Amino acid sequence: MLAVDVEKKLGVFQVAARFQADGVTALFGPSGAGKTTVINMVAGLIKPDRGSIALDGTILFDAARGIDLRPNRRRIGYVFQEGRLFPHLSVRQNIDYGRWASGQPRNADEFARVVDMLDIRQLLDRRPRLLSGGERQRIAIGRALLLRPRLFLLDEPLASLDAAHKAEILPYLVRLRDEADVPMIYVSHDAAEVRRIATKVVRIDAGRVVASGGLDLLKESEA
Amino acid sequence: MFDLTPAEWTAVALSLRVSVVATAVALPFGIAIGWLLARKDFWGKALVDGIVYLPLVLPPVVTGYLLLISFGRRAPVGAFLADHFGIVFSFRWTGAALACGIMGFPLMVRPIRLALEAVDRRLEDAAATLGAGRLLVFATITLPLALPGIIAGAVMCFARALGEFGATITFVSNIPGETQTISAAIYTLLQVPDGEGPAGRLVLLAIVLALAALLISEWFARRAGLRFRGE
Repeated sequence: MLAVDVEKKLGVFQVAARFQADGVTALFGPSGAGKTTVINMVAGLIKPDRGSIALDGTILFDAARGIDLRPNRRRIGYVFQEGRLFPHLSVRQNIDYGRWASGQPRNADEFARVVDMLDIRQLLDRRPRLLSGGERQRIAIGRALLLRPRLFLLDEPLASLDAAHKAEILPYLVRLRDEADVPMIYVSHDAAEVRRIATKVVRIDAGRVVASGGLDLLKESEA
Repeated sequence: MFDLTPAEWTAVALSLRVSVVATAVALPFGIAIGWLLARKDFWGKALVDGIVYLPLVLPPVVTGYLLLISFGRRAPVGAFLADHFGIVFSFRWTGAALACGIMGFPLMVRPIRLALEAVDRRLEDAAATLGAGRLLVFATITLPLALPGIIAGAVMCFARALGEFGATITFVSNIPGETQTISAAIYTLLQVPDGEGPAGRLVLLAIVLALAALLISEWFARRAGLRFRGE
């Protein structure tokens, strides 16, 4: 269970978000609504001005108590919109980076399972530069998964892909949801996508949470 | 073509030793200062920036003189280092390395700073979410991505050190086998009758070394460009 109650001022733009999330929760709203800012605060990449963030009873951030866990101590698997693969490392080194950097023991079975789940075995020795957008995003998912995170953040993982690649990646995201037994925050502005993935919806508009509940919240935006 | 006498070879070997040591010792400082200038805003940054580039615009003789009155055997810093660490600069090859390192420093910092500025910060953020602390992010992401620029900076510093003359001769004089580098040897040869032949050989050698350094630096700069166009 993730509990978020934060405020952040970025120039004239004000973000004030309060919600709780478990299972697969979609942060749903138009572009520029502040969705990415919210999950960057959850990941520890942006420091909120006020408020608190807690994950399964662990306090990640609490302004009043002066707690601000650095991103590397939060163990949150973040899949970025643009992949952000490390260009100087091979695919194998990329997906193994989180496991290695967080000091977890090598686990060949788990590595093989993730590689097979995402069908990236044939890419392992290549460099990210020459891969397609869909391949990169699968590798980014594998990289976050091998960190063994306590929470997944997926920031519009399909947004940079064309329709064909979107269709290619979606089944992998569904697999990720079903196999990884950790909560997921799925950021998107696409109702159809959210419907495939999420079980709960938090709607954000102009930096504020305007509603939270079930998938029926998507209907008004489609109407 | 390079039919050098033993004394001339000594000068060449000394030049190479001085330049290698100057570059190797300057490199960690160059990376630290380059990083500070690229990434941090602090009070007096313009001043630090200015001081780093000062040796580029000061007359080398002035730099040499400033070294002499601070790092000489009886000068404040020089006496302290000699008494506490046994490091003596005056009239030693180590002093030549110090002078060369300082003269090459601005040329080293500039490409390093540019390379660090060009590193995509979002990749560092990604590494942090994957569990890497600041030092690990720097060592495994920032440094490798900036490596072509760092190598280019080191090569430029090395080339500058090879050619250094004014600051070195002012600070540690022109002692064969100790502080007489290629440049100083050429200068000495040109002071005597019939010295032009041997000087000419050293001049050719100096041109070859400088050109090689420039080509290597250029090659790394191009590689850096290619790399950042990927991803």
